[in-house]
Amino acid sequence: MVIAQSHPVASPRDPAAGAGAGAGAGTRLEAVDVSHRFDLHGEPLPVLEHIDLTVEPGEFVALLGPSGCGKSTLLRLVAGLDLPTEGELWVDGRRIEGPDPSRVVVFQDPTLYPWRTVWRNAALGPEAQGILRQQRGRIEDVLRLVGLSTFAKAYPHQLSGGMAQRAALARALVNEPSLLILDEPLGKLDSLTRITMQSELVSLWQRSGFTALLVTHDVEEALYLAQRVVVLSDRPARIKAEIVNERPYPRRRGDPYLTELRHRVLAELGLDATW
Amino acid sequence: MTNPTFEDVAVAPPRGAIPTVRSPVDRSAPSGLVGLLAAATWLAAAGTIRYWPDVPEVSWDRTEEFALLLAAGASTIAVLTIAAQWLAPLRRVRSAAPWLVVIGLIFAVWEVATAKTAVLPMPFFPPPQAIFEVLIDDHKRLLDCVLASGKLLAGGYVIGATLGFVAGVAIGWSVKAGYWIHPILRFIGPLPATAWLPLAFFVFPTSLSASTFLIALATGFPVTVLTWSGVAGVNSTYYDVGRTLGASSRFLVFKVAIPAAMPYVFVGLFMGLGNSFAVLVVAEMLGVKSGLGWYLQWSQGWAAYANMYTALFIMALVCSGLITLLFRVRDSLLSWQKGLVKW
Repeated sequence: MVIAQSHPVASPRDPAAGAGAGAGAGTRLEAVDVSHRFDLHGEPLPVLEHIDLTVEPGEFVALLGPSGCGKSTLLRLVAGLDLPTEGELWVDGRRIEGPDPSRVVVFQDPTLYPWRTVWRNAALGPEAQGILRQQRGRIEDVLRLVGLSTFAKAYPHQLSGGMAQRAALARALVNEPSLLILDEPLGKLDSLTRITMQSELVSLWQRSGFTALLVTHDVEEALYLAQRVVVLSDRPARIKAEIVNERPYPRRRGDPYLTELRHRVLAELGLDATW
Repeated sequence: MTNPTFEDVAVAPPRGAIPTVRSPVDRSAPSGLVGLLAAATWLAAAGTIRYWPDVPEVSWDRTEEFALLLAAGASTIAVLTIAAQWLAPLRRVRSAAPWLVVIGLIFAVWEVATAKTAVLPMPFFPPPQAIFEVLIDDHKRLLDCVLASGKLLAGGYVIGATLGFVAGVAIGWSVKAGYWIHPILRFIGPLPATAWLPLAFFVFPTSLSASTFLIALATGFPVTVLTWSGVAGVNSTYYDVGRTLGASSRFLVFKVAIPAAMPYVFVGLFMGLGNSFAVLVVAEMLGVKSGLGWYLQWSQGWAAYANMYTALFIMALVCSGLITLLFRVRDSLLSWQKGLVKW
């Protein structure tokens, strides 16, 4: 791709830079003409088509689309868990070639390791990177931040759904990610817990300053959380529309402006017949 | 090949015994009366043994002592039952009480059918005091046999379990290892380890090394297969999580794949233990000149049936004890898991 030349030369991330940096470390994400295909019994199955997307440092962007459209695939590419068939993904001018603790995913299921306590689950990143000894205090801080200090010694099967998802969030935040990738993280929670956790997510994001990329199929959630909602089409996913939400935080759920935006988004998804 | 799945194995009754599920709070605990009834049946058994004259043809040296032992048992049960009224930790004796009643009755009926009336013909069905006599008088040889069997079993089991575990992780993790090990496993694994017996006894220099090999083989197969299915069945998002957090493949194997597979590994270890008992006894009967299997065979050769029953009794005790030990280890290692198979 020609556009690649406009990016500065890749430089290895300074390992010391992230540690203890605190807030304001959001990353700039660029997807340049990304297409992806799965191999389904020898037949190529196109999932993503010509995705061009830029997320500014510290921005909160939601990807919205019908289920099975390929949103999660795009997240896996951003996380570096898979490589795109075509096109390129860049963070802060460095090409994504594999997973990195600066880009952490929170999955729809908490995916906590059931044989580890909450504390040891949260410690996973530092332990895997061999820096657990220096980060002990940070793990406690983050558990306090998500309200799980008293459950540090509990095993995942002893947690409620919301608590488990908070633990998963803690496990991500311990790494001080500059890009937090949220793959329908609240999708399996009951609606009351979900409302609480949405507000918590916003305040975490405001406090830590990371860039957030959220996949959801909940229009209301996307509009409540994100500054920009990117609407994707059916598979193969293409970007259908981008809706900017200028409302400042904290937002109110009953805001008529959000209702208006919701109508627009549903129209983009072809679902406004019931409005 | 039809590999046993975790569910199959988990619900199948373990070899030689029926798993008992103990409810945490036993509301149906029998009252103290059943405990006193148990003491009474033990006392009745003791009285039968002591005062009912034996059939004239044979006599046993330790009839008196055995009766005393049962009487002592009866008073212990009675004391514990009464003390349990005030001491909560002793309540467990209550849940055992119905069984103790049955055991007392078994002793009495067994005694009457053998020593007192000879309804069951004599050399083949010795009375309980004959077993007691063997336990006391032949305890040195029996202890030697337990130690010999234990050593042989431990050696073979540890080797088999270790190699099986390593092979299982290798097949589950690495495609290349799977390519080479899987066909061998598939071809040789289902063969009962005892089929190797004739070959093993002339290939290996000593009967001890041959038996160790056979026990290792019998243990290794289930451990390999179950470790492998455990590792292969690890939720792939566990790896995704690990990778995004900066885990190396070493970390993914040792800190993700292996801990996640441990419940399966323990099912394999459990099945391997059952297999190893079978092979141990056969090997001792056919080649090794020591151990409980040999003792069984030897006493049968001398028509010393009391010795044979004693060896069987000790064998049951040891095997069941080892399985209990394995489950204890598992319970403490896998305390994070819900709904374990009980023993």
